[in-house]
Amino acid sequence: MSIDLETAARVAKLARIRVDDADLPGLAQEFNNILGFIEQLNEVDVTGVEPMTSVTPQRLKRRADLVTEGDQQLKVLSNAPDAREGFFAVPKVVE
Amino acid sequence: MMTDLNAMTIAEARDALRRGDVTSVELTEACLAAGAGASALNAVIHPTETLAREQAQAADARIKAGDAPAMCGIPLGIKDLFCTRGVPSQAASRILDGFTPEYESTVTQQLFDAGAVMLGKLNMDEFAMGSSNETSVYGNAVNPWRRSNDDAQLTPGGSSGGSAAAVAADLCLGATGTDTGGSIRQPAAFTGITGIKPTYGRCSRWGIVAFASSLDQAGPMTKSVRDAAIMLGAMCGHDPKDSTSADIPVPDFEAMLTGDIRGKVIGIPEEYRIDGMPAKIRDLWAEGTKMLKDAGAEIRDISLPHTQYALPAYYVIAPAEASSNLARYDGVRYGRRAHLAQGDGITEMYEKTRAEGFGPEVQRRVMVGTYVLSAGFYDAYYNRARKVRTLIKRDFDQAFAAGVDAILTPATPSAAFGLGEMTDADPVQMYLNDVFTVTVNLAGLPGISVPAGLDSCGLPLGLQLIGRPWEEGDLLNTAYALEQAAGFVAKPAKWW
Repeated sequence: MSIDLETAARVAKLARIRVDDADLPGLAQEFNNILGFIEQLNEVDVTGVEPMTSVTPQRLKRRADLVTEGDQQLKVLSNAPDAREGFFAVPKVVE
Repeated sequence: MMTDLNAMTIAEARDALRRGDVTSVELTEACLAAGAGASALNAVIHPTETLAREQAQAADARIKAGDAPAMCGIPLGIKDLFCTRGVPSQAASRILDGFTPEYESTVTQQLFDAGAVMLGKLNMDEFAMGSSNETSVYGNAVNPWRRSNDDAQLTPGGSSGGSAAAVAADLCLGATGTDTGGSIRQPAAFTGITGIKPTYGRCSRWGIVAFASSLDQAGPMTKSVRDAAIMLGAMCGHDPKDSTSADIPVPDFEAMLTGDIRGKVIGIPEEYRIDGMPAKIRDLWAEGTKMLKDAGAEIRDISLPHTQYALPAYYVIAPAEASSNLARYDGVRYGRRAHLAQGDGITEMYEKTRAEGFGPEVQRRVMVGTYVLSAGFYDAYYNRARKVRTLIKRDFDQAFAAGVDAILTPATPSAAFGLGEMTDADPVQMYLNDVFTVTVNLAGLPGISVPAGLDSCGLPLGLQLIGRPWEEGDLLNTAYALEQAAGFVAKPAKWW
């Protein structure tokens, strides 16, 4: 499997990371090196093997569906790059 | 003669505090002074002197009142990956520039509840992604050790490089680390200290900036195995805020350090004899094996046949989880937002913020993770890697079922290398640092690195012991026996 420039650009887009066109060939090359390393996994016979979902055989605990630490609007917003009138503020979303 | 206060072990300081020979304020001042004089190591990146002095005074009052848990009054460094209330916590990333949490991670809260003192936040690789502390927005942390024959600056390892450097240089009595593929054990080995990654689920992950959630575990980095036992006891325990935190009792790890390992079965895995392993590391491994045998353990050759597939499986699973975890850094809720041009919309905000905020290694892993999870490749890469992970864990399960109590391996494939030495290398070359440690994360097991000797240039080398799940006490005891037999006492000569 070889990553071409178009695929590299598509992955960057999916990851929401802006990559200049000039940097795409280098990026594609790095992907190919890493994926080449990962290809070794194809040597392993995984017939009938279940993919691991949890490394320790434990049931995840459940808790009551209740508000535990609510009503902290100012704290929630205190680290926002832009917050106004009790909300997170972002650039225009809809044209 | 009394050693310098900052050079004490946690156990020595605890005993001296209880006897009234020293105060936490004195210990804390000694560490703050040592830290202030060690800017060349770039280990402490957000000092918290005021908080440290307040905590030290409170600890002294508590000790005086006779209510003193083991960690009470002990000055520690905290890896920047832990969220600490009111103190910058940015995972060594530009994207979290200015982030000051309104909450405290469970592990640091537990340490503070036990009376521990925080000296400051410590350097690390960005988002814990790296093996040399060279991906940090704060710049490289520097190893206090140098080769005997040159003055080149060496890496303290990564990702917990600042923690390792700070403990080895006596800037603190102990430090927190985290380990996703070897990030406690490799830097511990590179700096001649002890570091344990407990069983997955022992320490709460709540409030620790997430890298790969199915692999991340916190643990202590200390000057001795006894200190690791003491500090681990304060860090772990069930936490309802982390659904993967284990609700099982925490034993008194220190009380289990008898040094008696007679009859224990130590496995030596043949697959860890990799090509190109330096002779000195091969010899050290053989010496460590002999030490455990001389202490009365039974040595058994074992096979962990899927070992060679651990690194490739890790470099699918960890980036996949990272790409998902790091999706939260979008410039909206916390951290840094890129400056936007006129007319830029929300997509430009995301893309510019993440391009500016993430360093190259983090971008690379997020994109690799995005790729292996994308439609059409999910089965070929991600599901296959998770199946291989099942097989890697099965290898260990079978060894333990056959009676093996612990497994001895080298901690790293080399001693500390020079900063900048790997800059032009393929990223995969750097990943090979974790070849002996990454299997342990994939299988969720406890693993400990113990300093065991010096190489021909005078640099420390570590051995790793891997234990059965939830049996950290037994593992620490075997490590204690190894530590006593190895008698490693070397310290770096002060140049900083």
